[in-house]
Amino acid sequence: MPTFNLKINNKTHTVNADMDTPLLWVLRDHLNLVGTKFGCGIGQCGACSVHVDGNVMRSCLIQVSQAEGMQITTIEGLSENGTHPVQEAWKAIDVPQCGYCQAGQIMTASAFLAQNPNPSESEIRNAMHGNICRCASYNSIEEAVKVAADKMS
Amino acid sequence: MEPSNKINFSRRSFLKTSALASGGMLIGFNLFNACKQDVKMPVDLSTLNYNDFNAFIKISPEGKVTIFAPNPEIGQGVKTSMPMLIAEELDVLWDDVYVVQAPLDTENYTRQLAGGSQSLRLAWEPLRQTGATAKQMLVNAAAAKWGVNASECKAKQGVITNANGETLGYGDVVLEAAQLEVPENVTLKKPEDFTIIGQGTANVDIDEIITGKPLFGLDYKEEGMLYASVLRPPAFGQVLDTFDASEAKAMPGVVDVITIGDKAKAYLESEKPNWTAQLSKSKKVVVLAKTTWDAFKGKKAIRATWKEESALESTEFHNEKLNEILEGSKFNTRRKDGDVKKAFAQADKVLERTYEAPFLPHNTLEPMNFFADVNDEKVRLVGPVQTPEDAAKTVAALLGRNIEDITVEMTRMGGGFGRRLYGDFVYEAAEISDKIKKPIKMVSSREDDMTTGVYRPSTKYKIAASIKNGKVTGYHLKEACINGNMYGLIPNFFPAAAIENYQVDTANYKSNITTGAWRAPYTNFLASAEQSFFDELAEELGVDRVQLHMDLLENVKNNPDPKIEYSPDRLQGVLKLVVEKANWGKTAEGTYQGLAVYYCHNTHVAEVADIEMNNGVPTVKKVTCAVDCGIVVNPLGALNQIKGGVLDGIGHAMYSDFVFDNGVPQSNNFNSYQLIRMGQTPKVDVHFVKNNIAPTGLGEPTLPPVGGAVANAIYKATGQRLTKQPYMNNLQAKKVVG
Ligand code: FES
Ligand code: FES
Repeated sequence: MPTFNLKINNKTHTVNADMDTPLLWVLRDHLNLVGTKFGCGIGQCGACSVHVDGNVMRSCLIQVSQAEGMQITTIEGLSENGTHPVQEAWKAIDVPQCGYCQAGQIMTASAFLAQNPNPSESEIRNAMHGNICRCASYNSIEEAVKVAADKMS
Repeated sequence: MEPSNKINFSRRSFLKTSALASGGMLIGFNLFNACKQDVKMPVDLSTLNYNDFNAFIKISPEGKVTIFAPNPEIGQGVKTSMPMLIAEELDVLWDDVYVVQAPLDTENYTRQLAGGSQSLRLAWEPLRQTGATAKQMLVNAAAAKWGVNASECKAKQGVITNANGETLGYGDVVLEAAQLEVPENVTLKKPEDFTIIGQGTANVDIDEIITGKPLFGLDYKEEGMLYASVLRPPAFGQVLDTFDASEAKAMPGVVDVITIGDKAKAYLESEKPNWTAQLSKSKKVVVLAKTTWDAFKGKKAIRATWKEESALESTEFHNEKLNEILEGSKFNTRRKDGDVKKAFAQADKVLERTYEAPFLPHNTLEPMNFFADVNDEKVRLVGPVQTPEDAAKTVAALLGRNIEDITVEMTRMGGGFGRRLYGDFVYEAAEISDKIKKPIKMVSSREDDMTTGVYRPSTKYKIAASIKNGKVTGYHLKEACINGNMYGLIPNFFPAAAIENYQVDTANYKSNITTGAWRAPYTNFLASAEQSFFDELAEELGVDRVQLHMDLLENVKNNPDPKIEYSPDRLQGVLKLVVEKANWGKTAEGTYQGLAVYYCHNTHVAEVADIEMNNGVPTVKKVTCAVDCGIVVNPLGALNQIKGGVLDGIGHAMYSDFVFDNGVPQSNNFNSYQLIRMGQTPKVDVHFVKNNIAPTGLGEPTLPPVGGAVANAIYKATGQRLTKQPYMNNLQAKKVVG
């Protein structure tokens, strides 16, 4: 199997994997970064969201062979000790129910707010529309994004 | 005063204490049942035995409290709210409390706690008793140390004070307290003295969740473990005929390809298979690989042929069968008051409607998965399952092992909704590991998860009501459902006892499609159907919708019926509250309201949906929700569940469809199956009825009525009465009326 050098959370990792292996499974199974979740595998749910060069992307749609040279951030690398304003807002609002989708929600929200620190309500709803929460914690997610935006701006 | 739900609970023998070798006091107790007289308490945390007690509290010499929480977390917050009950009566600061999911890798693990909405209701008394008893022992120990009477001492927030103002921390007296007799009579706090119950308390796993720590079944790994992907029949009714694995076996990441299913088949054909064994009898092909992706890829490379073993059913066929049932006369009568036939014969008018709902997959966001390590000594099972005791028993029977060999460890669950009550994935994992005698993790892809589910069964209701002299004189509900029918007291839910002539009949068609409990079983659609029907009935009678309900509930008060468990007063209470908070009937132009009021899972709920029409498409803007669940233990957790239930209910009632064609599900992932997303969600505005009644659950009760509220609002906007879910597939009128 070919070898790839990946830059994840400011560290370089070398992995052996088939070239079509999605980044999601490289993170989870090869590198033990299991905070990034598997929900659908086809780019529909957002559970696998990571940052690539600051933009939110679905790691289930990125092949490991494309990931070389990318600056990848996962939920584990978003902050030291969970202190990113989005994480803090998630805690203050107590967003999670089962919690499974929340890493993906947080990654989407944090990339969005970095680009748009003063969003309107409809901008928030659009930005978060791609992330499914099967427990339907949507009201709390929306509120937490607002709280984080207030802190960040 | 309303009757509180009394649970038989003997305080005498539910609790024991010991002094820990490492310092501190350990309290072992059994929730819902007494402990055996001869059981021994451990003196060391490494020997905690959940066979003797199902939960433990440790109080350290520093006064810190660790609660080994006995319930797995599926997203309902019980892992937080149940320890709150203990901490309240123990009287400690919540900040000094740590909650640990009880470790379960103990021999002969048997503890099965009520799941879902019932957990908190059942735990309300026993957990508070436990906390209060422990507190009394600490007070008694301090009193003895001071040489004063225990009644002169007070304990608050982890500190005991005597009449002279001297103080001792709980930690200072734990060793002495552990040696004392367990007191028999303790007093519980009055609700107005609660300091933890009623406070918004964040999920105890919040820090781990927001930083992506391994918590869920899918995150669980062990050295040397292989990933297993299972190829199951694509259609219900098919079994494996032949397969060719040569291409898969040649893949670099694939370790082996095996078949399983013989043991499952033998087990299913045994005398009494466990109800959780919702399994296909087919042989299945299993790809074992070094990573999940290799296993998924290997499975795709298997060439298999399938043969028909039983009929391949389609949605159209189910429709016909359910219609035949409704038109026929073979029913099981579940409740009968008066004479509906006569009432209908004498009526001025009869209103009759049929309501239909599709199968639904659960689609927990974490797909089904389980770890199994079967070897000659032991069978270790780890993962997200809600019925560990059934899982252990079933695996023992499946593999021909002693129950003592089996341990089940539960992880946090990425959603339940009823799906993880069934253990099919546990049994597959066990059979795979048994065959290769290596640790494995069975992982379903989304497609596997959605197409080999245990579905909410497709259901139809035919409801008829007779009107005579402007009054409802008869009500006849018929249920036609796939595989099962409404259970328990559902036939005695409202409007039972409100209408003189009343009858509920049920019948089902047995299908080879696996079906089971789905969040708020049966009521999840029954409430929508009935609440739509009442809306139409009120219109037919020419009375206000709210008034119709108030009057019918008045009838119930005048005819007390021991079989009904809903309270007409509490239903009227939530109705009044929702009317006030939603500004019922006073909305701005362009906003249309629909109402529903319902009782299920011991909780009373009323909901008003406000919708707007945009280009002929209804958007739900707001849902006002009035809830009577007794004392609200954890308002933060409660709001999460209430809002989640409402939005989940809207999503499935409006958008989600699941169709079969020749036994094959026509949706297999989120591109062909619609779940509600943020842009479709209204704000949910929640109001609680304040009282001091024992708490009831919230995981389910807010979901069922909301479909009815939405349908009634859409009617006001479009003039179309929606009777078939998902509504958006059946909405014809594009014009806004009124
Ligand atoms: S797993 Fe990547 S979007 Fe769903
Ligand atoms: S919290 Fe369960 S899926 Fe979002």
